[in-house]
Amino acid sequence: MSRRLLTIFLPVCIGVLMIGLWYGLRLHVLAPDQRFLLPAPDAILRALFEKGPELWSATVNTAIGALWGFGAAVALSFAFALALSVSPLVRASFYPYLMVLQLTPIIVLAPILILWVGPGLKSVVIVTFLICFFPLVVNTTQGLISTDRNLVELFRMGRASRFQEIFLLRVPASLPYFFTGLRIAAILAPIGAITGDVYAGNSAGGQGGLGFLTIIYGAQFQLPALFATAAVGCLLGFVFAGAVIGLSWLALHHWHDSYQRKDL
Amino acid sequence: MSQPLPVEFKHVTKRFGDSQPVLSDITLSAYPYEFVSIIGPSGCGKSTLLRLIAGLTSLSEGQLTVFGHPTTQEAGDLSFVFQEPTLLPWLTVRRNIEVMLRLRHTPAALRRDRSHQMLELVGLADFADSYPRQLSGGQKMRVSLARALTLQPSLLLLDEPFGALDEMTRDRLNEELLAIHKRQKWTAFFVTHSVAEAVFLSDRVIVLAANPGRIVHEIPIDLPGPRTAGTRHSSAYLKLVADVSRLLRSAESLATPPAV
Repeated sequence: MSRRLLTIFLPVCIGVLMIGLWYGLRLHVLAPDQRFLLPAPDAILRALFEKGPELWSATVNTAIGALWGFGAAVALSFAFALALSVSPLVRASFYPYLMVLQLTPIIVLAPILILWVGPGLKSVVIVTFLICFFPLVVNTTQGLISTDRNLVELFRMGRASRFQEIFLLRVPASLPYFFTGLRIAAILAPIGAITGDVYAGNSAGGQGGLGFLTIIYGAQFQLPALFATAAVGCLLGFVFAGAVIGLSWLALHHWHDSYQRKDL
Repeated sequence: MSQPLPVEFKHVTKRFGDSQPVLSDITLSAYPYEFVSIIGPSGCGKSTLLRLIAGLTSLSEGQLTVFGHPTTQEAGDLSFVFQEPTLLPWLTVRRNIEVMLRLRHTPAALRRDRSHQMLELVGLADFADSYPRQLSGGQKMRVSLARALTLQPSLLLLDEPFGALDEMTRDRLNEELLAIHKRQKWTAFFVTHSVAEAVFLSDRVIVLAANPGRIVHEIPIDLPGPRTAGTRHSSAYLKLVADVSRLLRSAESLATPPAV
């Protein structure tokens, strides 16, 4: 079997094996009165269809929150990283506060956000932003200051303006780092949006996200629906990560060593 | 003086901080279109000498002018070829060659023309749209050279550009470099570790000693006729290589260990 087919076949095998184990665990290990704790995959699938409409609208709401928060984090982190890349002194001045931003527990911020901007999309966006911002800033800044010294000298000797040095040299050179940050942020964005929704979401009809559904299903012990919600949240993460991996490929595959085909 | 010399060192000393000078009392000139090689043991300040001319570092004492201007000011057009190819990996070969022109806002059409000429000159016309990672070490160095030449410099500074290449590639690039030098008139300062390379390329070889870096010998290289691959077998060439090697060895033994 060709290598290509194997890379599809093997994960499928593992998947089938895990579903088998799941059923086995349910039927042979768990006592009948405990089985509700681990709903069968087919029950989860059924829940997915039964709750389809509300899951879909919740997913859309969460995706919107995640996208706005992620987008804002990308834009602002880039501008901020540019400023930080100017000098070690600027970095030293701002880094402690950047840490504060990252280390503050979101759960504590939630009630504050609710009081400031009210529950709902705005709070969700802010929570997502706060979660995505740090890895983006740190990676992009590292990229901007890691430019090959010889290339910088080449530009200096070519009497490049500051603007040229940044946009023709430092920014493209930082892209691999930027995309590392972007991948982390893309995976965190849906998690951030769901977390934000749990603590500061809007419960009004049709405006809740996956976090809101989690609270409802949890309160009602609807385990198959909870598992379905988890699956949808996971899927949303895959979509975000996939999009970023695609973008990264577009930007880097021509030139960056990480996309070098070793068997050429 | 009617025409300022391309490069003129007058009693130049360079030290980093308060330490012993890296270069001490250097007096050295290059004449128009001359090919000067600098050779010496490691730590003799060869590269620093080039970096001084390029204005990448400033001198401590003395006077250094490039085409009559102090190096801190706008000097005549000079180009630098680094030890490493120093290419921008995200740009194609053509765009790498054009990058210096882009920094000067040269119109795109002119850039195209110039890079096309340079690609032909260094024999990489078929690789215009390749990325640096697809090239061999020798090809990358050719791109680096082509990029330096796009500025049509009057002074070319080369810091061990072929040091990392295998001998055959290095020999071929030396021949090509000389051929280009013949067609485009520029003055060259060439730093190298290789005596054979220095003798083959130069009108004059400068031997430096270390601790502190200073000039100990200047050897004019009078090789008859156009220099080609065959020159390397001529007795005149072999004798000069032997002479310069001997002087280089004596320069190495001159180096006093730094006082600690």
